[in-house]
Amino acid sequence: MDYLKDIAENGLYEPSTEHDACGVGLVADINGQKSHGIIREGLEVLCNLHHRGAAGSDPETGDGAGILIQVPHELYVQDSKDNNYTLPEAGHYGVGMVFLPPKKDLAENVKAIINKTVDNANMSIITWRRVPTNGKAIGRDARKVQPGIWQFLVNKNDIDITTLEQKLYVLRKQIESQINNMGLPEDQLDYFYVSSLSSMTLVYKGLLLSEQVDQFYLDLQNDTTTSALALVHSRFSTNTLGHWKLAHPYRYLAHNGEINTVRGNINWMKSREPQFASKVLGDDVREISPVTAEGASDTASFDNGLELLLMTGRTLDHSLMMMIPEAWEQNESMPQYKKDFYKYHASIMEPWDGPAMIVAADGKRICAVLDRNGLRPFRYTVTKSGKLVMSSETGVLSIKPSEIETKGRLQPGRMFLVDLEEGRIIGDEEVKETLSNTNPYANWLTDNSIELSGGVSSTQPNLNGEALLRTQKIYGYTEEEIRMLLTPMGNTAYEPIGSMGNDAPLAILSREHQILYNYFKQLFAQVTNPPLDAIREELVTSISGFIGAQRNLFEETPEHCNQLWLQSPILDNDQLQEIKQLNDKGVTSSTISMLYNPVDSDLQTAISDLRNIVINEVKSGTSIVVLSDRGISDNAIPIPTLLATAATHHELIKAGLRTKVGLVIESGEPREVMHMCLLIGYGAGAINPYGAIATVRDLSEQNILASDPTTVEHNYIKAAEKGVLKVMSKMGISTVQSYRGAQIFEAVGLDDEFVDAYFTGTPSRIGGVGLKTIETESIERHNSVFIDTEIAANRDLEMGGQYQWRRNGEFHQWNPESISKLQFAAKTNSVQIYKEFSKLADDQTFYAATIRGLLDFNNSSNSISVDSVEPASEIVKRFATGAISLGSISREAHETLAIAMNRIGGRSNTGEGGEDPVRYQLDENGDSRNSAIKQVASGRFGVTPNYLINATDLQIKMAQGAKPGEGGQLPGHKVDDYIGKIRNTTPGVELISPPPHHDIYSIEDLAQLIHDLKNANPEARVQVKLVSEVGVGTIAAGVSKGHGDVVLISGHDGGTGASPESSIKHAGTPWEIGLAETQQVLVANDLRSRIVVQTDGQLKTGRDVAIAALLGAEEFGIATAALIVNGCIMLKKCHLNTCSVGIATQDPELRKKFAGKPEYLINYFYFVAEELREIMASLGLATVAEMVGRMDMLKQKENIGDIHPKLAGIDLSKLLYMPKAAKNVEIHCTNDQDHGLDHALDKQLIEVFKESINDKKSKTVELDIFNYNRTFGAMLSGQIAKKHGDDGLPEDTINIKLNGSAGQSFGAFLSKGVTINLLGDTNDYLAKGMAGGKISIAPPESSTFKPEDNIIIGNVALYGATGGETYIYGKGGERFAVRNSGGKAVIEGVGDHCCEYMTGGTVVVLGETGRNFAAGMSGGIAYVYDKDKTFHTRFNTGLADLEEVTSSEDIDTLKQLISNHKLETGSEKATHLLDNWKNEISNFKKVMPRDFKRVLEERAEQATRG
Amino acid sequence: MGKPTGFIEFNREPPDRRDPRSRIHDYDEFYETWSEQAIQEQSGRCMDCAVPFCHTGCPLGNVIPEFNHQVYLGNWEKATEVLLSTNNFPEFTGRICPAPCEAACVLSINNDPVTIEYIEKEIAERGYENGWIKPQPPSERTGKKVAVVGSGPSGLAAAQQLNRAGHYVTVYERAEKIGGLLMLGIPDFKLEKHIVERKIDLMQKEGINFVTNTNVGVDYDVQNLINDFDAICLTGGSTEARDLPVEGRNLEGVHFAMEYLTQQNRLLSGQSIPKDELINAEGKRVIILGGGDTGADCLGTAIRQGAEVVHQFELLPEPPEERPDGNPWPEWPRVLRSSPAHDEGGLRDYNILTKQFVGKDKLEKLQAVRVEWAPDENGRYNMSEVPDSTFDTDAELVLLAMGFIHPEHNGLLDQLGVELDDRGNVKVDSNKMTSVPNVFAGGDMVRGQSLVVWAISEGREVARCIDEHLSGATHLPKTFPIIS
Repeated sequence: MDYLKDIAENGLYEPSTEHDACGVGLVADINGQKSHGIIREGLEVLCNLHHRGAAGSDPETGDGAGILIQVPHELYVQDSKDNNYTLPEAGHYGVGMVFLPPKKDLAENVKAIINKTVDNANMSIITWRRVPTNGKAIGRDARKVQPGIWQFLVNKNDIDITTLEQKLYVLRKQIESQINNMGLPEDQLDYFYVSSLSSMTLVYKGLLLSEQVDQFYLDLQNDTTTSALALVHSRFSTNTLGHWKLAHPYRYLAHNGEINTVRGNINWMKSREPQFASKVLGDDVREISPVTAEGASDTASFDNGLELLLMTGRTLDHSLMMMIPEAWEQNESMPQYKKDFYKYHASIMEPWDGPAMIVAADGKRICAVLDRNGLRPFRYTVTKSGKLVMSSETGVLSIKPSEIETKGRLQPGRMFLVDLEEGRIIGDEEVKETLSNTNPYANWLTDNSIELSGGVSSTQPNLNGEALLRTQKIYGYTEEEIRMLLTPMGNTAYEPIGSMGNDAPLAILSREHQILYNYFKQLFAQVTNPPLDAIREELVTSISGFIGAQRNLFEETPEHCNQLWLQSPILDNDQLQEIKQLNDKGVTSSTISMLYNPVDSDLQTAISDLRNIVINEVKSGTSIVVLSDRGISDNAIPIPTLLATAATHHELIKAGLRTKVGLVIESGEPREVMHMCLLIGYGAGAINPYGAIATVRDLSEQNILASDPTTVEHNYIKAAEKGVLKVMSKMGISTVQSYRGAQIFEAVGLDDEFVDAYFTGTPSRIGGVGLKTIETESIERHNSVFIDTEIAANRDLEMGGQYQWRRNGEFHQWNPESISKLQFAAKTNSVQIYKEFSKLADDQTFYAATIRGLLDFNNSSNSISVDSVEPASEIVKRFATGAISLGSISREAHETLAIAMNRIGGRSNTGEGGEDPVRYQLDENGDSRNSAIKQVASGRFGVTPNYLINATDLQIKMAQGAKPGEGGQLPGHKVDDYIGKIRNTTPGVELISPPPHHDIYSIEDLAQLIHDLKNANPEARVQVKLVSEVGVGTIAAGVSKGHGDVVLISGHDGGTGASPESSIKHAGTPWEIGLAETQQVLVANDLRSRIVVQTDGQLKTGRDVAIAALLGAEEFGIATAALIVNGCIMLKKCHLNTCSVGIATQDPELRKKFAGKPEYLINYFYFVAEELREIMASLGLATVAEMVGRMDMLKQKENIGDIHPKLAGIDLSKLLYMPKAAKNVEIHCTNDQDHGLDHALDKQLIEVFKESINDKKSKTVELDIFNYNRTFGAMLSGQIAKKHGDDGLPEDTINIKLNGSAGQSFGAFLSKGVTINLLGDTNDYLAKGMAGGKISIAPPESSTFKPEDNIIIGNVALYGATGGETYIYGKGGERFAVRNSGGKAVIEGVGDHCCEYMTGGTVVVLGETGRNFAAGMSGGIAYVYDKDKTFHTRFNTGLADLEEVTSSEDIDTLKQLISNHKLETGSEKATHLLDNWKNEISNFKKVMPRDFKRVLEERAEQATRG
Repeated sequence: MGKPTGFIEFNREPPDRRDPRSRIHDYDEFYETWSEQAIQEQSGRCMDCAVPFCHTGCPLGNVIPEFNHQVYLGNWEKATEVLLSTNNFPEFTGRICPAPCEAACVLSINNDPVTIEYIEKEIAERGYENGWIKPQPPSERTGKKVAVVGSGPSGLAAAQQLNRAGHYVTVYERAEKIGGLLMLGIPDFKLEKHIVERKIDLMQKEGINFVTNTNVGVDYDVQNLINDFDAICLTGGSTEARDLPVEGRNLEGVHFAMEYLTQQNRLLSGQSIPKDELINAEGKRVIILGGGDTGADCLGTAIRQGAEVVHQFELLPEPPEERPDGNPWPEWPRVLRSSPAHDEGGLRDYNILTKQFVGKDKLEKLQAVRVEWAPDENGRYNMSEVPDSTFDTDAELVLLAMGFIHPEHNGLLDQLGVELDDRGNVKVDSNKMTSVPNVFAGGDMVRGQSLVVWAISEGREVARCIDEHLSGATHLPKTFPIIS
């Protein structure tokens, strides 16, 4: 039984959401010398990356591992002798590695077809070779799905050796197509896969653990198997029921990362296929479609794309430079020739965007590339004997220090080429300079591409008065949208902020008119790839790009860039006019109306007519089509703009014409950021939102907006652009060109037929409305303008009520009645009034408000007496309150929550922002104000060893319901002395939490952080908080495999934090869907038994909790209701610090108004528990444990269409599907995770330093360390904190001397009193969360490379450090000292984004720095050695300034730190600087955050005033 | 929102009231003018709550945060537009409403509420001054005709809404003036009559036909209406006053409050009252029975007429100053409420049960007993007399202000034969139609005695139902909550 297929067909699982991440490694002989040793070393690297891979429920079955080598000719020479066949000379034959169906007869059929296909291609089969394997070496689950593994050797016969690879490529395509069509049963066909077919390379891979690869594939143990390169890969898949074929490497590459835009890339590729014309392939070009296999993973698709470019004449480096361009648009220091190269190629292909570390090899050359953000680690070592080792980590192959020539890392967007024939490494600059000069790209661009001149004025009448009103009404603008969204956008050029989540119903549940946009939800990155920070890291983003007709992908001609370059996808009216008039350099446009006559035509016909017109226009050569809805009249009604856009886009893809045309939208409809995103996401190249522009101009003319019409229009467009950038960056996408058509959305409440027809490929899982409803509502709006009578005094536009409750507006679950009832019930402990409240929340017979409102219990089983149900006092232990930080809410409110939860044995949550250690002590009356759950969020504020050790649960917040994929900001005025102290920051200074955790760019990184936290506090459960979206179940499976103890699935609607309104409304899905998906995926993978599932998101009543339990949750979070019980009245002004009831404010006067009490909360939680008990009794379930995952006890309410007709199309059967696997595996948590802490070196340390910890006795120990020794020092530090808090031990109490390459998170959460001296190097996350102590890192004495030029630590060091000292004699990677708030460090050189988000501490850089230094740095000081005076070009001026180092205080500090550095590491650079101090001091620059400086000055002034 | 920190920076400062010592010499309105800056500050106190309880506290659903916001910005025209969209008569409610919105104001949880009602009045007056409130006759007529019987706030609201929907509307009023209790019941010092006339004038210009001195069912056969109109809308109010049938009730000097108040209004409008019918408090000792708004109106009137002393007796106990536990925000607070008239004089006393009126022909004194209220086992409060607490109070004039029990049944209702509910009010279905087809009813006639703001709300709603009935669909806005 394929359990995943089961839930994919019947449940909520979407196979396309499958993620994987991995360890990648390569060993090569640069001189191309083949040897077996290279393979052995490759496999050793693989084994040392073991911790980056994963295993599922069967610990012996890995997620996949493999190796790519050169074709081992010697092996086949031997084999041909043994088996008596004739082998052509080396390179004159291809080797195919295939997986066949295990059933013999079927395998024979497949082989026969392959034989025939080979013959037809004028080649011949030399032999079929059963690949020797050892079945005992692999796991039980792997064996169950093991295919037949064969190699076939193909004689090239007369084929020209130079075209052999192309011929083999075409042959493989033919074979695949033949086999796919031979009529194999689907489950057997699934086995079939060609791992490789090449004369150059060969791939051995499978569902294996790293160490099983050569144990299984006996060829790899054979000495005659030789290669000059070994590319290895170990996979961490989010699901376990893996396939052999999903292992890497693919045919050309191994990838660590995620292509976020793959949906769009596949669509674009598909639409290019009809234009393919290749001199190299000739007629064979028709055989290669489809380029990407249906349902293939992102990496497989990328591999297909790369292969295509290679096979049609481009080189490896050229192809990768096209597919993964550097961030060039905003890079001022990039040479122009390189920019020209990138810009020219932008006219050919959009970037494949997402975090990626890719190593590709074609047999002769190896090319490695890192994405523009550098979001994957990539380290390399070159030995003196010409060996190259590169990998996600350093230290994966033991090499004598004296053997090392250089140690380096690949930088963001950079490339690394090894030419095995030339026998040399070619660096990024040389590669790119050479490529950039292959054609005169600059001239081509100047002569052939066009840009808007800005010299054209719109001919459209200015919309105002009645005409504007008509437009607004037809598109359903509301007073609220204008007031709450457009007004702030026009005023401030920013999107408005809101708070306290969204309690309005989904579009499908709402009785109100809903425009089509509202049925879509933004997807966002969580765990498997990081969101980006479009503000602080703006330099990697771009909203510009080409639109127009693309040409044959395989050629490069001047005419390729006959396209229009747009700076922004949002156009004003003049720019649109210029586009409409274009006729230059082959770029022509034509305008096609989206209007139709509702009397003559229905919507469906109108769309089909529109599609036909566009197709004809494009066929006749138009390169830009403007879809316009200008000219609405009584008999001209617009097709909803999003529908017209997506329908046209998909029709063009189907017709193979999509890349021949750019789509521009001229519409009065789009106004919100979400609207722009959807239009771009479904294909629009640019949008002229003339209705929104006219609206803001009109507001200005009415003096409702402060500035003049031109300014507010400009502001509005800016706000929309920034908004789009933000939404893209939530998904980790950097460029609009890749976002275009990428369909990063999920539909909620649209029927399948409709989605398939117009939004092809968009997930939609609960059915819903279709074209008819959209049409009806659109006609009704039209009629309201042209047919219905005007009523005096009626407001011109609907009032709205989406963001704020309005009587007779949109329904909100939190309304005056429900709020006041709940408060009164909790205050007076009145069950009766609580029941009135819960009836209001539960009874959704008129207003459907939630998905659970559409469910009923299956009361078929025997009910039991309430008395036999477990007591409420047990149930309340399963309750948690939300992660609401002290800082966002007042101390009073925060502590009330904690006391209440501690009294009942539930769990309160610190939220992000640390906790006052005073709260770890009991109050006099026995109350505890210690929050059981301590959150670890991206800002890492206040995350110290003491904080960690005092937790019951440690919660890693990957996303939050109100704004998944976004970071946060605490404005300076909210950081008072108390908050500042707890967060280890300076009061008055703004604090920024980055969108991503800078130590989680992938699933294996998450596993690493879980491991770190578990080390710091082995007693605590580690929770991972996710937000519901399609694929969340898959991520939850990854969390379970990454050894999370609890996974929390948050609904989109909860969330109390401040957030852009577009995120509150449009990102994420209800928890019901995410929870059910999670349950199904975990059960199908047999991963459920080892993880607790918690859910939250507007839970209010016993019924809510019952449904959550039945859908799969065993713990329940309640945040909004808890705040309301304590007096919150949904002012939704949390972000303004003006909460009138003293909850979400730090204003001392307002805080006095707080009137909540723990008793109220306790009353409420008991009401909920008792109500749950009644339901449990009626279902015949005595314990919550029995309830968990019993989806079969739920059913969809009958006749929900009677509530209102829109609901009739809803089908919740996928949500309620009980996976078949449930019969065989546990469906709730029964076991603990195995965290593998026993192997930790810290266990020894704690033993060895027992006396030091207890009695502060000083001691020294010496040890060797390896890259698999991860999180060194954290467990020791936790134990120190347990005894001594964050005060730790006296300096140098514990001294550890180490040799070797340390694993990730070296020195994490290090306590005061610990000193570590490492001779060697380390990987990523050095000194993460370091609280004190000292670390020094220097190369071993025997090494000969120059430390200041070589990388000896990884990326992201000192992340969230609160203290301590770190001295590094060598260079570091990206994001050194990110979000440091107290650590001091000296280092010899750093990569990009150094000191990002830093709030405190001191950093000294003695050498080179990367770009974007000090982005988002609001506190602390950095000193940078800037001898060549170029530092300012790499410095981000957003929050900080550069100063000279002149004050004696600065000079003393700097000198002291450099002296320490010399002392600790023996740095020659330090010695030199100190020796020439007088001269050198002027070469230092001081980086001083402005806000920080202001606060320091204010304080100094206060101090002098006394 | 106008000013996020407004409520922190400014205290509640309603407009000043005129000095009671001077104002008791005339019948002009209570309030001094309010400075522009003060209004702006006060509107800036509004917190623009995402769940504006005021908006639901208001029976009309006035969108209070939105007009406060516009007032803060100085956009009075936009504020007028917002206000008029839910309220036909802000110039009335801005003066005489007890402001349930303010009781529900979120700020009132732990602070003084926003001065919503005063702001409302300011908006309405600026609306007139600037010509934003102007006749808006419908652009098209439906040809349907509706008769509205009773021209109080409910009937007027219904009439204006129905007219806006394009129907021909005729309003019948039994009195000589249009306006019902707005015109004849409420004293000028609370609502000067030119304010009402201004609105009637405007409505006439919108095309509404007003017929006075026509008591349908008494001196005008209701059948005429049935014949002439497509629908009839009954908005006659709850006018049957609660009596006190104790010994001496018929003595000269014992009157219903409404007899007394209407006389004064007629006098002020220039009419004359025959001397033998005149009820005047000048130089008299006056007792008002009933502690509500009508009682306060009598109090203010009696003081202006020059009463020697005025007592106001209430049967119920004195309400507390602060909300009691069982009466949390945002419920209507059952606390002691003082009308501005109470600043002017008079003595309030509670727990008093009148036993008899004493006198020969003419009233000389009132005999009463003190009572106590205590809950029984069901929590229901019962009254008992305090032993030996009987007392007499001298009085020449007693005014009965104890409320109204239901509409008058004689005449209109009897003739139509509409079904009544248990309380004697007109029974309507969910579409406000009575048991008689095409006959609708709203206002106090349906819900019993209530506030003017409720009457307007009822009028709007019944108009909406009638329009839907006549036109098949309606674009009149829904005033009542969709689900209540």
